Amino acid sequence: MLPIIFIIPIVQLLILSYAVTFEIKSIRLSITDNDNTVASRRLAGHFRSSPFYNIVGESADQRDGAEMLHNGSAHQMIVLLPGFEKALAKGQPAHVQIVTDAINGSAAALMNAYTLQIIGDYNREILAEVSPQAGMPVKLTWSYWFNPQLDYKTYMVPGILVLLVTIIGMFLSGMNVVREKELGTIEQINVTPIRKHQFIAGKLIPFWIIALFELAIGLLVARLVFSIPILGNIFLIFVVASVYLFVVMGIGLFISTLTNTQQQSMFISWFVLVIFILMSGLFTPAESMPQWAQNLNIINPIAYFISIIRMIMLKGSGIHDIMIPLIILAGYGSAVLSLSVWRYRKTI
Amino acid sequence: MGNMEFVIEAEGLTKTFGSFVANDNLNFNVKKGEIFGFLGANGAGKTTAIRILCGLLLPTSGKISVAGFDVYTQTEAIKKHIGYMSQRFSLYEDLSIYENFRFYGGIYGMSRSKIKEKTSEMLGRLGIESLRNSIIASLPLGIRQKLAFSVAIMHSPQIVFLDEPTGGVDPITRRQFWEMIYEAAAQGITVFVTTHYMDEAEYCNRVSIMVDGRIEALDTPRNLKDKYQAKDMDGVFLKLARKAG
Repeated sequence: MLPIIFIIPIVQLLILSYAVTFEIKSIRLSITDNDNTVASRRLAGHFRSSPFYNIVGESADQRDGAEMLHNGSAHQMIVLLPGFEKALAKGQPAHVQIVTDAINGSAAALMNAYTLQIIGDYNREILAEVSPQAGMPVKLTWSYWFNPQLDYKTYMVPGILVLLVTIIGMFLSGMNVVREKELGTIEQINVTPIRKHQFIAGKLIPFWIIALFELAIGLLVARLVFSIPILGNIFLIFVVASVYLFVVMGIGLFISTLTNTQQQSMFISWFVLVIFILMSGLFTPAESMPQWAQNLNIINPIAYFISIIRMIMLKGSGIHDIMIPLIILAGYGSAVLSLSVWRYRKTI
Repeated sequence: MGNMEFVIEAEGLTKTFGSFVANDNLNFNVKKGEIFGFLGANGAGKTTAIRILCGLLLPTSGKISVAGFDVYTQTEAIKKHIGYMSQRFSLYEDLSIYENFRFYGGIYGMSRSKIKEKTSEMLGRLGIESLRNSIIASLPLGIRQKLAFSVAIMHSPQIVFLDEPTGGVDPITRRQFWEMIYEAAAQGITVFVTTHYMDEAEYCNRVSIMVDGRIEALDTPRNLKDKYQAKDMDGVFLKLARKAG
């Protein structure tokens, strides 16, 4: 126990201080240039040369950019309308549309601040070259998708629902096994011919049902009290939650097979949970973490579920959009459950 | 498979934890239907031996079979044919009496009707049918111990292992508990019981006395008293323990 007490906080400090950041380092931008002139290409060039932008798509059809916003491969889309250069030349307002994925409201506001600065630089260049007396040449139209009011609750509540089922799943199932160790009832179980998978299933199913029930209540409260939109299929949320619970309960059960007291089990579960939660993208955009931290997120079930539940609730994504993370969760779940069945010993 | 007459056969049973020898070359056989007392002071190695016989712990060496099954390779088969009541109280305290019976009966694959029948039979014998739906935590220790024993034999095992079953209960309850043990033995269940109450040793058909991980004596209580010229088992035990000390 003593080494755990010292090592765990240091590991947390190192991982989290580097990984959890409110900065946005790489905005995935899709550019739709319908003007396709020297002036419009010059504006696009400004974004391209900025270290904060990563151009993920260029297309003449803005539906391509919209699609990328929907499936999450782009954060922001910029549309240069036809006549951009002409308008600039005449000193008339040249229209540019900015569309931002605002599921994470604070990240959206930050991305827009960066974008505004780049457009501002461009404006000053144009002004210096053409007519210093004129007003701002480029006229921006903003729109925020999926969360038009940039409402913090819309962004947070689906994520908090995930935490709710996670805590129930991970703590209750794990604590329960360790409690039997503490009480001594596990010894009585171990002298019976019960099969290992039967024991684990017995520890899994009740809490699985309880957690799904809590999710139902949570969704109801989200809808009725916070008026969070649920654009997608509610049934799909439960399908994902069912699979997801196997992962977190499997982790909880695995921890419980390694520990002997509820205190140890609690401490290790808490450590795992804090790292997973803070890296999950619940508070800070997961994409701006350093690459190694993003690689670490491959084993972070919370990150998968938070991104899926936001997609379903706020974007109305269907089964096809979430198929890959869902399959990963299913594989992950079977792996950790097999591991805990294997690690559970009927001998002392 | 060895002699059919013996349900437990142990030859050279040894268990070491690092350099500590908990069980040092134990040799004993237990006959079918016998009440076998496994005596020794605290820390003499009784619990270690009982855990090995129940398939909870692997021995370091020795040839051991329980109910005709090998303790190295057939632990799960052994578990089907034995009952066990541990030193630590092990019914689920937040479940009712009947729920505990149903749970353990279910693990041994008993049908629901069989469980019902067995429960009312056993509660009837204890005279506590009215407590069927009481939560275990609300019951006095004496009743809990008797219930734990009932649960341990509800699936009619060949052998029941009792690890200090009467620790901390009053003399009357201990007496009643031993009556239950006799009833079980009369039904053909072999009883393997550890205790450090020497008066209880008198109730056993045969007793072995362990001192510091070794079996120092193994015989009927009468023969042991003759051999060590003691008037009761307490005297036998003190002589053996003193010799070792």
